[in-house]
Amino acid sequence: MNNKIITPLEASDKVKKSIAKRRAKDKRLKFYGRAAISLAVCFLLILFYSIFLKGYSGFFQYYVTLDINFDRERIDPKGDLSDNSLFDGEASAIVNESLFSIIQPQGRKAKKQAKKIVSSGKDVRITKMVKNDPSLFGTITKVKFALDDDIDSFLRGYIKRETPESERRISNKVIEYIDKLNEEGRISYEFSDYILTGSASGNPEMAGIKGAFIGSMLTLSVCLLIAFPLGVATAIYLEEIAKKNKITEFIEVNINNLAAVPSVVFGIMGLAIFISIFGMPRSIPLVGGMVLALMTLPTIIISSRAAIRAVPPSVRDAAYGIGASKLQVIFHHVIPLAMPGMLTGTIIGMAQALGETAPLLMIGMVAFIVDVPNSVVDPGTVLPVQIFMWADFAERMFIQKTSAAIIVLLGFLISMNALAVYLRKKLERRW
Amino acid sequence: MFNFYLLSSILLISLIFFFLGNNRAKKLIILNQKNLHSLTHYYGVYSLLASLLPTLGLFFIFTICDDLLFAELIKKYIPKEVVTSKDYNFAIVLAQINNSVEGLIFGTPPQWVTNAAEIWVSWVHKSQIITVISCISTALISGFFGYKKINSDFRSRNAVEKIVMSILAVSSVIAILTTIAIIFSVVFESVRFFALIPYDEFLFGTVWNPQFEGAERAGSGQEGLSQYGAIPLFAGTLLISIIALCVSVPVGLFSAIYLSEYATSKERAFFKPLLEVLAGIPTVVYGFFAALTVAPFLRSSGSIFGLDVASESALAAGLVMGIMIIPFISSLSDDVINAVPQSLRDASYGLGSTKNETVIKIVLPAALPGIVASIILAVSRAVGETMIVVMAAGLAANLTANPLEAVTTVTSQIVTILVGDQEFESAKTLSAFALALTLIIITLAMNFYALHVVKKYREQYE
Repeated sequence: MNNKIITPLEASDKVKKSIAKRRAKDKRLKFYGRAAISLAVCFLLILFYSIFLKGYSGFFQYYVTLDINFDRERIDPKGDLSDNSLFDGEASAIVNESLFSIIQPQGRKAKKQAKKIVSSGKDVRITKMVKNDPSLFGTITKVKFALDDDIDSFLRGYIKRETPESERRISNKVIEYIDKLNEEGRISYEFSDYILTGSASGNPEMAGIKGAFIGSMLTLSVCLLIAFPLGVATAIYLEEIAKKNKITEFIEVNINNLAAVPSVVFGIMGLAIFISIFGMPRSIPLVGGMVLALMTLPTIIISSRAAIRAVPPSVRDAAYGIGASKLQVIFHHVIPLAMPGMLTGTIIGMAQALGETAPLLMIGMVAFIVDVPNSVVDPGTVLPVQIFMWADFAERMFIQKTSAAIIVLLGFLISMNALAVYLRKKLERRW
Repeated sequence: MFNFYLLSSILLISLIFFFLGNNRAKKLIILNQKNLHSLTHYYGVYSLLASLLPTLGLFFIFTICDDLLFAELIKKYIPKEVVTSKDYNFAIVLAQINNSVEGLIFGTPPQWVTNAAEIWVSWVHKSQIITVISCISTALISGFFGYKKINSDFRSRNAVEKIVMSILAVSSVIAILTTIAIIFSVVFESVRFFALIPYDEFLFGTVWNPQFEGAERAGSGQEGLSQYGAIPLFAGTLLISIIALCVSVPVGLFSAIYLSEYATSKERAFFKPLLEVLAGIPTVVYGFFAALTVAPFLRSSGSIFGLDVASESALAAGLVMGIMIIPFISSLSDDVINAVPQSLRDASYGLGSTKNETVIKIVLPAALPGIVASIILAVSRAVGETMIVVMAAGLAANLTANPLEAVTTVTSQIVTILVGDQEFESAKTLSAFALALTLIIITLAMNFYALHVVKKYREQYE
């Protein structure tokens, strides 16, 4: 800087010269800001787009319609519709025969290949049908069967006809059969009846999210039942009852620390304490819910305290003034007014818990479980873990199923968050 | 189911005591022609709590202790030759017995297992009977004493409030207990790990190669097979976090500046929640996105430029993690920038500065401590993030600074080691706890530092 004294005229000249540059700088900063936001929104859109694009087709799959002769003798040899009898029956043989009558495979090898066109869940489908409606016996009915996942991928165009046979997962013969079925108009693309009602399965065409969904609900209810009362009680104690001293300060610091601990550490704690020391079984929603409850506790406590703090002191003073005791003030006046805020925090905490994966992997909810859990002590899995497992499988069709499961999960999370926003807007009072 | 019925009958009994207490209070009012100290329902609640609380305590003690007790007692029924055999493991034996108790029989278990299972079942029956009798009688007796206490001088509201207060106090202690439990479980196992592996080897070793069986140092004579040098994991974590920060800091900071200084209130109300959606998406979804969309995209675009990008690369995981932590930086920084008093801006405008100059020279320096804190919090998020790295960064413990190669992180190693069945005694399992300990120390240190920064450098303007 030189300290030459400049006249006002020179100064205004200088400013005028520099002003264009300074304005340009200003515009640049504004542009950077816009660019940053559009970039972030762009990421969001790409994420949603790529998942919805893949996931949308995961709700659909290819079916083949076959004429099934419901022969009671063969399907239900003992005639009592018991599981045993149906198991002894030859339902899948009937399906195969019907299939063979259309595509007419020659020789044992061709028949073996042809059998695999229809999903291996075909016999279960028939036994389920006759169990629901025994009057089907003796009729010839058109029944839809899911196609094997490789055939499905072929029909979707992921497996190309042009690829040399040795590199393809399905042979030329099978493609021939599919063309034949297609010509007869027996193949259809429909809403999958497995994705929402099926359970975990190694066969992607039969895999569904029912088991994981129920598991998620059970885990979440355990989490809610533990975390909500505990969190609200803690918040009330710290905000309304406890005197500010070293102990309460220590508790506060602890709660803030808990909020900062990575979620995977809660899983380790669950493994070391609930499973290793208390000897609880692995993979059960009860343990999962307990671990998630500890994880969401800080969220609930912090938001509940904020809600309680937002209730103006005049409300308390008025209640004391007409002779209410401390607990009466809290339970009759403060809590009802703070409830919307507490609920909002709880819903946000539950949404966190619903999407959490890592701690549940630690306590064994990643096991392959076919049965739908009936109670909190039955082994089960949850939606995010199911997504994680499916994402690891090699079969092409699992990608669509995974995306479909993600759509269901995101749907729940978005509606939970929307509910929280609605509660905050509608019920929260401004003082 | 047994527990459910028992709990319901306990609840029913205490409800009956509620009505009894309530009625007795009403009768006392009529009898004495005078109001009692408290409202009548407080007398009911007092007898309800008197009956319920001790019984519930007893019930939980029974349910938690009986399995532990049985496990201790059953040791007597395991034959000597089994206990003294070389590969005796009590946990496995216990699992065998438990399976056979629940009717899950694989193959033909030895005779002593079947016998032990039968004894176990008989114990379960006995303990159920004992539980029922003691719980029901406790509920009745303590409820009766509570009921007896009700007379015209009894101040039931004060008593009830005392109980409720202590329930509230106890629940606030749970937060402490959880912290202690976490720290204890992790520290305890880590100490066992460091007894097997010296800590300097863990902290400064450059090869991470944990193995089960035969690789344990203690006496197996196969030293050097498994190595626990955590440097590659720290380096991988650092690399991925740096990539994530390269994405999230500029995007988050510029978004925050735009939202707080340039945007109209409508724009702000629309974009701020939209950015926060990014934080609400489950991490497993990000992992899926990274592994199936971003990684293949990077691979194919890398091959155009002649770069060999691994199918699981630090870059893919870091980029996606960066997207995930954008809202942590943008929202927090936005709040901090908004908190800078308007008078500072007005003064700056009054001197003739443009918006840009005001933001860069006045607002940002004033908001800096908060912005730094938000970045530190975002880093601690990135360090603790698990699913994205498990799904997209790979498991190979490469010590590399090349973002195109697969690396592994502390969290993904914890998951890979602890998922599935594991022997609690092996150094491999224990190493996960040592890793968790370092993770906790790092994240907590960062949080304390963030708080410290805010406290020390915050300028009080008003």
